[in-house]
Amino acid sequence: MLELFHYDFFQNALLSTLFIGISCGLVGTYIVARRMVFISGGITHASFGGLGLSFYLGLPPMLGATCFALLSALGIQCLGARRKISEDSLIGIFWSAGMAIGILFIYLTPGYAPDLMSYLFGNILTVTPAQLILSAVLCGLILLFFALFSRPLFYIAFDREYSQTHHVRGGTLDTAATIIIALCIVLCLKLAGIILIISYLTIPQTIAALFYHNFRQLLVASALISTLGSVAGLLAAAALETPTGATIVVCFLVLLALAWCIRKLPARRRTTPN
Amino acid sequence: MTPLLELKDIAAGYDAQPVLQHVNLCISEGDFLAIIGPNGGGKTTLLKVILGLLKPSAGEIIRHVPLHNLFGYLPQNSAFDRRFPISVEEVVLSGLLSEKGILSSYTRADRRKARELLEKYGMGKYAARPIGELSGGQMQRVFLCRAIISSPRILILDEPTTYVDSHFEQEFYAVLRDLNRTMAIVMVSHNLGTICAYVKTIACVNRGLHYHNSNLITPEQLQLYNCPIELITHGQVPHRVLGLHNHPQNT
Repeated sequence: MLELFHYDFFQNALLSTLFIGISCGLVGTYIVARRMVFISGGITHASFGGLGLSFYLGLPPMLGATCFALLSALGIQCLGARRKISEDSLIGIFWSAGMAIGILFIYLTPGYAPDLMSYLFGNILTVTPAQLILSAVLCGLILLFFALFSRPLFYIAFDREYSQTHHVRGGTLDTAATIIIALCIVLCLKLAGIILIISYLTIPQTIAALFYHNFRQLLVASALISTLGSVAGLLAAAALETPTGATIVVCFLVLLALAWCIRKLPARRRTTPN
Repeated sequence: MTPLLELKDIAAGYDAQPVLQHVNLCISEGDFLAIIGPNGGGKTTLLKVILGLLKPSAGEIIRHVPLHNLFGYLPQNSAFDRRFPISVEEVVLSGLLSEKGILSSYTRADRRKARELLEKYGMGKYAARPIGELSGGQMQRVFLCRAIISSPRILILDEPTTYVDSHFEQEFYAVLRDLNRTMAIVMVSHNLGTICAYVKTIACVNRGLHYHNSNLITPEQLQLYNCPIELITHGQVPHRVLGLHNHPQNT
């Protein structure tokens, strides 16, 4: 297995897993704190429409996916704010519409869509050098965003009306965060796959929340756990020759079980009567 | 007294439905003003206008102090998610949001100030705890710290004792009296009985505003001000307050 490290494709995969792990850890913390997990699911599935369209038109798949992810994220935010349609209905509409459009275009595309399975279930081993650079740039952007704005971002999310009394409306920051979420999701498509992406944005954060209760600690802890879990998952997948996306999710689950035992067992021992 | 904020002939409401009309009010240094009035009379709307959350449809607001540390605000019932991952200390620091803007960083001195305030109000040992673990009274103390960390010129409270027990209520008013030495206080309350002893002036809000330049108010005056308060008209005011109005005492 060690010889795998000598191959370019594996080094690319490992580095890209690292960048994606950090990005998902940070963005997922915000998603979980604001209870936007369902919205993130909607954006993810809507981006499938973009993939289908790209296959049909012969464009780079990530281009279509990015456009659909951004449009659906901003669409849910804008239309949800008008309150004519409830937000969860909107998410359902974008979710299924994206999938439907994707399936139709893939059906219409002559021949076989080669990459389709890797977008649905994730396969980081096929990551290209261009995608690696893209994930590095986006990871840098996300790190910078949270380093600069984590306090106002979470303060506004915590108590919006109170922030407004401070004349901080938060609209621009919200939109920036929505764009960051959409871009992070598109970045993860290759590693996690549409079906499994949500686990990258929720399981590391759930593990971190067993130990920490403040958003600043959670951001750091989630990024570390997410990176650890995805790198360990990738190595396990290489050793066991199993699909990377699913192996990483199982790895997260093992970490979650371990963390839960560490957290709960001493507490139980303390409360056991002598 | 130096005026801090003036409302001149304000009208305000929602979707073209006026709630307040012809409201004039001046808040000056050292004020301790209680805003009373029936439900739906416009108390909350008035607070929103003062805080700048609602743009008045007519009239003028004159601020004599820079906006960034003009107000400290303690909402009636912060509608927040109890599971939100934020510590008590961070909640207090969020009171510096307008002073800091969204780009400045928070310094060690800011954190020290937050800790000192929490210590002062008996919440020091809870600084690292998640806010959702606290009781109603403890939360109210933390939100008070958040409201005053920026050393505001006017502290605005919306029914601050709705969710706390009567022991804490007395303690809370004593704290407010202490704070009133350094900042003006404007408090919305439904409980006229208790607050009379603490406030300096009273404003009755029922579509219009009647300013009463004393903390003593009689049911007759309230009627005159078109301010039907249940507690007063039904005669259920606590005895010690009736005493203030020279009513006969039974105890």
